[in-house]
Amino acid sequence: MRGTVSAIPAAALPDRVRALAEGGARLVSMVGTDERLSEGFYNLRYVFRLPSGGVETLLLRLDPQDTTFPSVTPLLPAAQWYEREVQDLLGLTPLGHPDPRPLVLHEPWPRGYYPLRQDFVPPPQEALVPGEAAPLLPSPRVVGEGTIAIPVGPIHAGIIEPGHFRFGAVGENVLHLEARLFYTHRGLEKQAEGKDLDDGLVVAERICGACSVSHAVSYCQAVEEALGLTIPRRAAYLRTLYLELERLYNHVGDVGNVCAGVGFAFGVSGGSRLKEKLQRLNAGLTGHRFLRGAQAVGGVRKDLSEGELGLMQTVLAEVEAEFGELTEVLFANTSVMDRFATTGVLKPDHAHDLGVVGVAARASGLALDARADWPHAAYGDIPFTVVTEPAGDVLARVRVRVREVAESLAIARAAVIGLPSGPIRLTPAEVAAAALASRGAGEDQVGDGGGRGGDGPYRTGMGITESPRGENVHWVMLDPDGHIARLRVRSASFTNWPAVPLTVPGNIVPDFPLINKSFELCYSCLDR
Amino acid sequence: MWQMLRKSLSVGVVTERPEAAPGSEAGPELAPLLKELDAKTRRILGRSLHIRHVDSGSCNGCDFEMNALLNPIYDLQRLGFDFVASPRHADLLMVTGPVTHNLRQAVLRTVDATPLPRLVMALGGCACDGGVTAGSYASCGGVDKVVPVDIYVPGCPPTPADIIRALLTALDRLPAEGRG
Repeated sequence: MRGTVSAIPAAALPDRVRALAEGGARLVSMVGTDERLSEGFYNLRYVFRLPSGGVETLLLRLDPQDTTFPSVTPLLPAAQWYEREVQDLLGLTPLGHPDPRPLVLHEPWPRGYYPLRQDFVPPPQEALVPGEAAPLLPSPRVVGEGTIAIPVGPIHAGIIEPGHFRFGAVGENVLHLEARLFYTHRGLEKQAEGKDLDDGLVVAERICGACSVSHAVSYCQAVEEALGLTIPRRAAYLRTLYLELERLYNHVGDVGNVCAGVGFAFGVSGGSRLKEKLQRLNAGLTGHRFLRGAQAVGGVRKDLSEGELGLMQTVLAEVEAEFGELTEVLFANTSVMDRFATTGVLKPDHAHDLGVVGVAARASGLALDARADWPHAAYGDIPFTVVTEPAGDVLARVRVRVREVAESLAIARAAVIGLPSGPIRLTPAEVAAAALASRGAGEDQVGDGGGRGGDGPYRTGMGITESPRGENVHWVMLDPDGHIARLRVRSASFTNWPAVPLTVPGNIVPDFPLINKSFELCYSCLDR
Repeated sequence: MWQMLRKSLSVGVVTERPEAAPGSEAGPELAPLLKELDAKTRRILGRSLHIRHVDSGSCNGCDFEMNALLNPIYDLQRLGFDFVASPRHADLLMVTGPVTHNLRQAVLRTVDATPLPRLVMALGGCACDGGVTAGSYASCGGVDKVVPVDIYVPGCPPTPADIIRALLTALDRLPAEGRG
């Protein structure tokens, strides 16, 4: 996952980004760091995946005296939120950004406080108490005869996460949707800073409930890459099993939950019942219904015995049979299909331009799957199909999930058959030795990527997994003592959320919950 | 339609009975809890406690477990509990998350909109004391930093059985609030 790193002057950035984008490269992440103390700069790293499968990182060093940089959003729409986030959290200004409104920190936050700067001091508590009349940030409005604005949220009527949606509509027809997110921003990237590797894992695993395993494994992989550790084969297979168990309870539950968007109670109760069955299996295997606590830097903490593997296969066979019956009924129901088909279409070029990943990308015909693109855990050993559907509508996203459940079950079976014997993790002593070995080891690492060429004794690594929602990228920088200096988390929800509002105009207001459920993105994964 | 009916009939009632047989999915811990809950809701509430969910910045783990209470296995609605769409209809607020600064105002307004007497439950480690967000620049570090809390439910996240146990505690609090 390492590639080339090239330091680039700010003036040359737009042309280089344009060339990369035109050559088919995809922006995987953009990481802003405050490295004034270690090397005298703010650094921005633009990580691209090349069509060849390689990685190219553009490193932009910003002098602390001039905290502006050229926005590449006009050339590469996928960069829009990365640049706004860097503006909020590091106080670096993207010049020429078409929409430079604050993104992550909402009204109560006083300007001039940048949490990811190393010399950040939190604003006084009294400054953070919003008055009743705290001004809302300006947002685009739809005006004209007969138009109405429908504000919804951040507290919603159902049990869902908080976001504010403002529909511009004529009658029931949506003309425009503005989504305001980041309400659940908890500052978790900052929380990880200064922590040791194990405590950092506790934070990473709690970014999201439904993507716990994916975040934990991405984090562990990033740290392992930074430290040059290779995990035992059995651990790689167990990680694969845990990742697929997470995908299964999510996909099965999501297919059921989409039915709630059209009032199809048979599907809702069937899906939620099978999800409960799978979560009880999770608890039986790991002691946790969301599979938390099973991962470790250097492998996994929870082995699976023959008996546990047998239990797993029994339950998965039952779920497979019942899920098959459920989806057969679902796809045969004409009133459900009428609502699903042609609703909430995500066009392939929109998906491409915004860097959409995961189920949403695959349902718009883009064959992006981190399990195939960045073979991690044991996915390199296990053949599987990257499922795509061309239509880009609600039905396509449901179909992708249904077909992926079958793939996941096959992957899990193959992983059980291929499960090697041996240790499940490196010893904590081995990990600790590698962490401390980074003292002064930086020079040996020059040129092998991840941007650590000029990072002195700081080491960096990137870990990528396929969460139930898509490619989930963790980037870490470790200080010479083996503590977390920076954790940058770019979840699938981060790339996919900007696409959701584009799919709603042209549909009616009551279709929005259905469209939203079909994407089933996490607010917590996005907001952190 | 025939296929749907056949499936529904063949699966039958999966909801766990308060008097669940040994070996059922409920396990030994859940059945007595459900029985106690059933008796208490009848006695104290005449079968009705309305709950409003407030996400104050959770990781969605607590919220998914709350949702699980409505699946056919737990089916909390049969015991007189329901999740309502508006705080104006609620007796109890289940607050998940540490109260982020971005949600502080929404939480305060939701509490204000809930009629008295009301109960506030802090659900999950983050809601109780900030959890992994404790000390963060972006969060208040727990629900009780912003509004008074009646019931604390630790866990990351609390399981559905934990939440049922917490609801029993909530019911014990109600008579003291003058509801009788």
